[in-house]
Amino acid sequence: MQAIETTDVLVIGAGLAGERCAIEAAGAGLGVKLLSVVPPRRSHSCAAQGGMQAALGNCVKAEGDGPTLHFLDTVRGSDWGADQEVAQIFAEEAPVAVRELAHWGVPWTRVRPGKNTYFVKGEPVEIEEKDENAGLIMHRNFGGTAKWRACYAAAGTGHAVLYAVDGEVVRLGIDVQDRAEAVALIHESGRCWGAVVRCLRTGRMSAVLARATVIATGGHGRIYGTYTTNATINEGTGAAIALRAGVPLGNMEAVQFHPTGLWPSGILVTEGCRGDGGHLLNRRLERFLVDLEPEKQELASRDVVSRHMMQQIKDGQGVDSAVGEHLWLDLRHLGERHLRTKLLEVTEICRDFAGLDPARDLIPVRPTQHYSMGGIRVNKDGEAYGMRGLFAVGEASCWDMHGFNRLGGNSLAETIVAGRVVGQRVADFAHANGLDVEVGLAQECVQDEERRVQGWLARPGCTDSIYAIRDAMAETLAGKVGVFRSGPELESAVDEIRQQIVRLDRVGLRGSPGGMNPELTFALRLEGMLRLALVTALGALERTESRGAHCRTDHPRRDDQSWLNRTLARWPEGAPAPELHYEPVGLIDLPPGDRGYGQSDRRELAEPLESYNASVVEGQRKQGALPTVEPVGSRLDWGAWRHAEPGPTPDRSE
Amino acid sequence: MSEATQPGRTLRFEIFRWDASRPEVEPRMESFELEETPYMTLFLALNRIRESQAPSLQFDFACRSAVCGSCGMMVNGRPVLGCQTLTANLPEVIRLHPLPGFELIGDLSVDTGRWFRGMAEQVEAWVHEREPFDPEAPEQPMDDDLARALYEGERCIECGCCVAGCGVANTNPHFVGPAGLNRIKRFMMDPRDERSEDDWFDVVAGEDGVFGCVGLMACQDVCPKDLPLLEVYAYLRRRALLQGARRPGELLQITGTTSRDGG
Repeated sequence: MQAIETTDVLVIGAGLAGERCAIEAAGAGLGVKLLSVVPPRRSHSCAAQGGMQAALGNCVKAEGDGPTLHFLDTVRGSDWGADQEVAQIFAEEAPVAVRELAHWGVPWTRVRPGKNTYFVKGEPVEIEEKDENAGLIMHRNFGGTAKWRACYAAAGTGHAVLYAVDGEVVRLGIDVQDRAEAVALIHESGRCWGAVVRCLRTGRMSAVLARATVIATGGHGRIYGTYTTNATINEGTGAAIALRAGVPLGNMEAVQFHPTGLWPSGILVTEGCRGDGGHLLNRRLERFLVDLEPEKQELASRDVVSRHMMQQIKDGQGVDSAVGEHLWLDLRHLGERHLRTKLLEVTEICRDFAGLDPARDLIPVRPTQHYSMGGIRVNKDGEAYGMRGLFAVGEASCWDMHGFNRLGGNSLAETIVAGRVVGQRVADFAHANGLDVEVGLAQECVQDEERRVQGWLARPGCTDSIYAIRDAMAETLAGKVGVFRSGPELESAVDEIRQQIVRLDRVGLRGSPGGMNPELTFALRLEGMLRLALVTALGALERTESRGAHCRTDHPRRDDQSWLNRTLARWPEGAPAPELHYEPVGLIDLPPGDRGYGQSDRRELAEPLESYNASVVEGQRKQGALPTVEPVGSRLDWGAWRHAEPGPTPDRSE
Repeated sequence: MSEATQPGRTLRFEIFRWDASRPEVEPRMESFELEETPYMTLFLALNRIRESQAPSLQFDFACRSAVCGSCGMMVNGRPVLGCQTLTANLPEVIRLHPLPGFELIGDLSVDTGRWFRGMAEQVEAWVHEREPFDPEAPEQPMDDDLARALYEGERCIECGCCVAGCGVANTNPHFVGPAGLNRIKRFMMDPRDERSEDDWFDVVAGEDGVFGCVGLMACQDVCPKDLPLLEVYAYLRRRALLQGARRPGELLQITGTTSRDGG
């Protein structure tokens, strides 16, 4: 007989998005249970370094900023793959989210009045900050933005924010079960009722039944093995159980490579380094981006900078090392004081993991998998396609404000904004809907998972190992589904992953059963990771254009005529292979145009925007989009961008 | 970069083993050999041992970049972060134990999560504000130097190395520990926190607070973030004594002088 617990709201994942969502539900008087594979403060949100985007416009270099410019930058950054209404909601709510965090105690870096020296495009510039702005939240520059907009606490922004938000969780007395993993969703006829939970202390299975269930398990960068900045816990467990339950995953081929992963460990070195004036150098110690991106230089969007870096390496301009070629990040000119205050965490990482002092040494860097734009496809309320009562927030979701490229600092902001916005919808849902489910369903689901475990334990060990299969998957993705992609490589990637799935069906465990069994724990996850890997490679193969981080060398143009859409990957129950479908990206206010950086060659949308927009609601409904509380489009501030100060001008102004 | 590379060594790991699901098996040390490779950290080494030799070996890593605080462990008798420790800086025999001071989950894995949640509840580690948040209002200005000082107190990653190294925390389970004292100071300094000196007195003073510290200062020696804990305790003692001067009887009681003086 299994343990069955009930709660009003079950939140799976206790990073920033999950915790902020839980706070909203608990604040509305609901019982909330938070599950996490690690203690909440060890979630990967803690590793976010450089900043959180919010258009407060507090310093001189941020003057004139506002949500409309933030919206514009976000949509351009996404290469028009984003849902523009979601980007609008996000840009408007971000300033409130940042101020709420100040209220909860985040020690944001503040404006220092008087003369300040900043580095702008490689030169030191003296700027006088106004007295009236003294002590307001300061901004630093980041890639792909018209203004300085990233709010920050040294280079430990995620850590500071996570501790403040978790402090609220403790204050509210929210029930946190750490070292617990949701291994399956409990659902029936398109309604989710909670999850089967495996305890990572004892290995025991139980069920948590809930009126509303939220997945906030973060990204899945570990499908790239060690070629990622992500923590070891970012294995896509939430996306995998949603996919198993029939929920579609959006834009899984949209994978971000961060320009500055420390080489070879892959540990993140924040974009704040370049925001504060750091340079990228090739083997000849040239700032190659000055010529390649005259306008934004090192601060073009991440997809663009990563491509230029990989091209430098391809062109023989990489720096040789025993473990492969890399480029240099140069921070020496920023000075010791700056490196020991505003970039302290970078200095520590360089010292601990590369034996370097950035005040004196160049830092070896290379583009590294960093962020999953794709994830569980949800509507603007955060509710999953085709599954009532299931919500997703943060990196685990495809809400979809990032489209095909996320701007630096927008994900930390998304966790809090989405946590607030979706958290309210979750609370309303849980108030309006009871827990009307048979206990027998929960028991069946737990038994299914116990059978899955027994299946693993019954297989004899063999020469192959789950870790070898993991490494093969990582090599396939890193080698063939990376910064540059091509049809033949992607076809071979799809074949290889299919073979790895077959291998996983045959492999046995080596260890003895009992307890949490780390080998079994990983085996259960690897089933899901291989499925995520396959839909990523398949989505990339089918998308015969280049958009944002998805760059096809055999289809170098962005193709708005054929591909101004979102990929939806489904895995029907019992099916041997996934299916891909497509839906419109959402209502379009800012017409597709030039981003202002990167390549501008593209194939135009053939139909008028009015007709594209007229197809959105029905096109998304057909793919399973559930009705939203407010009608689709209600939050768009149509045409507001026309009055914003000019950035790169869209060439279709009507 | 060169000292990270010492090719050719065969390392011997002696690792503490205990499996909660097999209580009949006594805790024991188990040995494993591993070829050292360039830039090998304990994160890499332990994963290699688990994947090739000891499938049931339990340990905790998450960020592997010394920011999440998961991987505190005793390495040759000293509490450190495993991910941050290069084998090149260790002798050929590496003895690994779980952190003391925390409940053991299995092998090198200990329950720091519940300990730190308990500490956060004990010291109420959140900003106590009387005014509710006003979403329409701009933020309260704060001097940047103060923000930097608060951030300095915010840098603790709750890895538990200080707790493991603390003689008091290992013997008094109610002691808030070095990390707890650091949290107290961080909120005490924050002008947004409206707790009064009187509110703080009960948390800070006494043997579960700063006067429980006997000054061994191993905490500061082992802190992977180099937090200035000595300064933290000096600050807390000063604040407690100033407030205690206004509550004389209590201060004598908590510093233990009352009974000796016949009180």
